[in-house]
Amino acid sequence: MSHAPTAAAAETDEEYAAAEEAHGIAVRQIGEVVMDIRNITLRFGGVTAIRDISFDIREGEIRAIIGPNGAGKSSMLNVINGFYHPQDGEIWYRGKKRGPMKPHQIARLGIARTFQNIALFKGMTTLDNIMTGRLTKMRRNMIWQALWTGPAEREEIEHRAAVEKIIDFLEIQSIRKTPVGRLPYGLQKRVELGRALAAEPTLLLLDEPMAGMNVEEKEDMCRFILDVNDEFGTTIALIEHDMGVVMDIADRVVVLDYGQKIGDGTPDEVRKNQAVIDAYLGVSHD
Amino acid sequence: MTDATPSMVERLTRTGVTVRGIHLGPGALLGLGAAAVVLLVLAVQGLLIDVFFWEVVISGLLAGVMYALVALGFVLIFKSSGIFNFAQGVLALFAALTLVGFQTGQVPFAHLLSWILGIEAHHWGDGFGTILALVFSLVVMIALAWLIVRVVLRPLVNQEGIMLFMATIGLAFVLEGVGDLMWGANVKALDVGLPQGPSDTIIDATGMFVEKIEISAAVVAIVLVIALTLFSQYTRMGRALRAVADDHQAALSVGISLETIWWIVWSIAGLVALVAGVMWGAKLGVQFSLSLIALKALPVLMLGGFTSIPGAILGGLIIGVGEKVFEVYVGPMIGGATENWFAYMLALGFLLFRPQGLFGEKIIERV
Repeated sequence: MSHAPTAAAAETDEEYAAAEEAHGIAVRQIGEVVMDIRNITLRFGGVTAIRDISFDIREGEIRAIIGPNGAGKSSMLNVINGFYHPQDGEIWYRGKKRGPMKPHQIARLGIARTFQNIALFKGMTTLDNIMTGRLTKMRRNMIWQALWTGPAEREEIEHRAAVEKIIDFLEIQSIRKTPVGRLPYGLQKRVELGRALAAEPTLLLLDEPMAGMNVEEKEDMCRFILDVNDEFGTTIALIEHDMGVVMDIADRVVVLDYGQKIGDGTPDEVRKNQAVIDAYLGVSHD
Repeated sequence: MTDATPSMVERLTRTGVTVRGIHLGPGALLGLGAAAVVLLVLAVQGLLIDVFFWEVVISGLLAGVMYALVALGFVLIFKSSGIFNFAQGVLALFAALTLVGFQTGQVPFAHLLSWILGIEAHHWGDGFGTILALVFSLVVMIALAWLIVRVVLRPLVNQEGIMLFMATIGLAFVLEGVGDLMWGANVKALDVGLPQGPSDTIIDATGMFVEKIEISAAVVAIVLVIALTLFSQYTRMGRALRAVADDHQAALSVGISLETIWWIVWSIAGLVALVAGVMWGAKLGVQFSLSLIALKALPVLMLGGFTSIPGAILGGLIIGVGEKVFEVYVGPMIGGATENWFAYMLALGFLLFRPQGLFGEKIIERV
């Protein structure tokens, strides 16, 4: 009889995975396409930020979007999340074509995100910030809320419990009641991730989750991203500049340059792609 | 070495004393000092046992409540949407005009109708009762809030605060014009059944002369403040409001609809404007100078801080009492009419020493 899948019982990763499978614990699996981005073109006046880009995101994978500065990565994320409306192209989400939607409606579809320049509610505490992430999950109406009784109170307690789990997961118990404006940068990024997780997203968009962090903070953030993907089965699309990180954690990578797609595939395939090498290292024009 | 000698700014911010863990900065010290001097002078004159003095103080307090009612509308919108709403005073005027219109059965846009269509209909009947008129006025204010969000604010999502501020200045002028066009420019009496005249009970008990309407205003203001504080601090909607005030983009990304929140905020501001309009209208009559009471709210806000509801109340009270006492006791010595400028001078003093107000959030810029 095999042992329960604990770290102590398994000598190697393979053994651990095998033990997990034997006990019927979900093994990380890449499934169907959740989001299909087809021929997106986005223009700002005369500037074309994104030109005819298509790629897909599969269920349960970590999908990285990389490229030099100004390649259109953040614009792409803003299109997915509804801040920008592309002039051309379609986005198919869970097998259905997505019509023109507002960002708050898209959030309700289960797409949560973080921002390149942290966008937290600076005057509010860590707890309140993460609680706002639960807004899409709350059902009781305003009148109940105003009376603050009965079902509304029960619901608040339920959500608070869910938020406490996230706080434990991200190891930020000690800053629960601190206004986030006072926290150091690395912790703010972590709180922002917490707020996105609180919505229990099916697709999580991370815009440079590790920008401006030191090595230790980066390692922590990597671990959280992998754990979120692994334990909750959350599909993640992330933009990141740190190549080491991207090659380590991403399942597939799409490479953009000057608003166009120049590569798409596993980290190994992308690394060997000549167009990608040229974009990153530069190419002599003689 | 800069380490050894603290800069001017540092020395200024460090001055002050700490009493039992409560730090009093230079602004607080100055305020306390001034208050102490005033009290001392008054005590010397034996005024503290003078009934007339207390009458002045109480009438100041009650006037302060009226200022606070207007300031409250500003604070609510500023706190929850980051917009400084210059149109709050005009909103109060518009609410009062609408209320009188419903009460007296006026036909809105009567002059416009007679000019364009030749219809001569200025009254449609005897008007509604007070309660019904209040309800309909509130409905109009909520509809107006919706219109403001759709027409003025929606195109300005993610813009700087100053843009939104400019938009509200425009809104103030438009609303004033629309109010004029809709209900006419004449001065109207407003009677919502609030008790008028001095309170006999208080005169008999203490010999002081206190207006009944000001007591009602105080009671209404207290109820309103408690309700609004509970709403903004302890409900999910309150949390969403604070979130929107902090960051539009982030609020959108967690599924908050900006338009809905703004609509709610402006509706609440409309409610506060209605209450302020009723109180001021009952006191002074409904006239276009009502929109100027908004200007009196500015020094109140500078004292109380733009983000604090208790601050708006206390700021209103300080200014109300301050200007009455100053007018009565110091005014005659320097030629009178000090009520016109006292509040602004006080606010100026605060801007110099404590720009965030008494209760405002301290402005700390990280570099």
